[in-house]
Amino acid sequence: MSDDLDELYQQVILDHCKTPRNFRVLEGANRKGEGYNPLCGDNYTVFMKMDGDVVKDITFQGSGCCISKASASLLTDSVKGKSKSEVKELFKKVHDMMTTGHVDDEGVGKLAVFAGVHKFPARVKCAILSWHAAVAAVDGQDGPVSTENESN
Amino acid sequence: MITDTTIPTQSKKIDWAKLRADFPILDQKVHGHPLVYLDNAASSQKPRAVIDCVSNYYERDNANVHRGIHELSNRATTAFEASRQRVATFINAKTPDEIIFTRGTTEGINLVAQSWGSKNIKAGDKILLTEMEHHSNIVPWQLLAERTGAKLVYIPVTGDEGLLDLSKLDQLLTPEVKIFALTHISNSLGTVNPVAELCERARKLGVTTLVDAAQSAGHLPLDVQKIGCDFLVFSGHKICGPTGIGVLWGRQEVLDAMPPYHGGGEMILTVDFFKTTYKKAPHRFEAGTPDISGVIGLHAALDYLDAIGRDNIFKHDQELASYAYDQLAQLQGVRLFGPKIGRAGLVSFLLDDVHAHDVVTVADQRGVALRGGHHCNQPLMKKLGIASTARASFYFYNTRAEVDRFIEVIREIQKFFGA
Ligand SMILES: Cc1ncc(COP(=O)(O)O)c(C=O)c1O
Repeated sequence: MSDDLDELYQQVILDHCKTPRNFRVLEGANRKGEGYNPLCGDNYTVFMKMDGDVVKDITFQGSGCCISKASASLLTDSVKGKSKSEVKELFKKVHDMMTTGHVDDEGVGKLAVFAGVHKFPARVKCAILSWHAAVAAVDGQDGPVSTENESN
Repeated sequence: MITDTTIPTQSKKIDWAKLRADFPILDQKVHGHPLVYLDNAASSQKPRAVIDCVSNYYERDNANVHRGIHELSNRATTAFEASRQRVATFINAKTPDEIIFTRGTTEGINLVAQSWGSKNIKAGDKILLTEMEHHSNIVPWQLLAERTGAKLVYIPVTGDEGLLDLSKLDQLLTPEVKIFALTHISNSLGTVNPVAELCERARKLGVTTLVDAAQSAGHLPLDVQKIGCDFLVFSGHKICGPTGIGVLWGRQEVLDAMPPYHGGGEMILTVDFFKTTYKKAPHRFEAGTPDISGVIGLHAALDYLDAIGRDNIFKHDQELASYAYDQLAQLQGVRLFGPKIGRAGLVSFLLDDVHAHDVVTVADQRGVALRGGHHCNQPLMKKLGIASTARASFYFYNTRAEVDRFIEVIREIQKFFGA
């Protein structure tokens, strides 16, 4: 594979897309965020259990390409335990990294594997999709979360 | 103006390599690899003859049409109307007055849905479509149904092999159906529908018919008399012509009974402050300054295609698609869509455990341009239980060596993702 491709599909990403972590509906979730990309049909739901301002637990469900799935999987790992404002700050850093390739080492940790995405403008949307869903979830209102009217 | 093309005629052996050399864009590297352009169903490339025709028009003849009485305007008008005549011959229309220039297939269908639809569709009427329609042959009808209270009905698709399930036709094609709109060739399945047979059955019930020829015009010989439809639409950009130009053909008596679509200059006879009288078709439906260079470039494209022969083009594309289909079928873990035999020049497929977008991204890095996604066929994709497919679509400038390269890249992708 060429360098750019190796950068896009790093081993960590391939691993998370083949065996996504926290890939299930979360029992007792009180927040939910949806991410849908009409271009490719990628479709994810992020479930959260929030205690006050803090993400106590987070999972996701849905389908899509390797990049979007790996991104959602790594997202769940890195958002757990963070406060609402920390999640939003991290979103900004991740967004910045995915669009410019600039890595803020301290802030993004292992999410740095997504820096290569910036060279594939058509794929930035895939990588950022679950992040939009997560921000919607932390911004949302507490309430019972149902998965019944999932589209698809 | 139109320059003569130097392409061998149908009777002689066709030098496909020489034709390919007419397309300057194909001679380039993408991401360090020779470009293999297999996204022709989305848009075709343009031969030198078309590019030159458009630039010659701007360098020598550019002026507004139908308005001026000066030399340049006369030249532009003559070339513009010559193209209308050329389009009429291209599809065997009875008269050039049946040819309306549009922005493309999408606008053609919207024009019919709005103008013809507003006069002929009322609450309770049915609009018959098929499950393999492009969004542009669904959404305009949904809008019309919402406005009027009409109902949409669909001819089902059989499944992955992508044929119309005509066993239900008798229940679906009934006298309550006022218009039956269907695609000639499916852009995601490659199915060639029996449009002449279906239009004949519709005509017997007095049902008006529209054929979406976006994927068939420029790919096989088209004859609106033989098809027997009432409307036919296509786009220039998919058949070697410029972007932004398309054609709506309608039977003269049907067109003449339709109200205007857009209002403005060009389409009027007299305008009063409170009342306007309109020209007849086609000008009634061509308000404002048209895409003159597009119309003239389209003429060059049609000349170019017919010098090769559309039956030759179809055979060539079909051979490539069948070859690609057979090669893909030999690989493990490939799901193929569309009919095994009699397919048009494209192949849709999915690799087990590799999303179409990942396939397309990796292929692109190898210089191979594919399309991945729902191909504007979301309802069909949903029915097949998938979100997207990857698609390779061919035209006459593609080669067997390019299919081999495509297959080589697919193998590499399977290995890379461990599928
Ligand atoms: C079958 C079919 N119908 C309609 C269209 C729409 O064509 P356009 O975008 O040129 O209006 C397309 C092109 O994608 C098509 O493949």
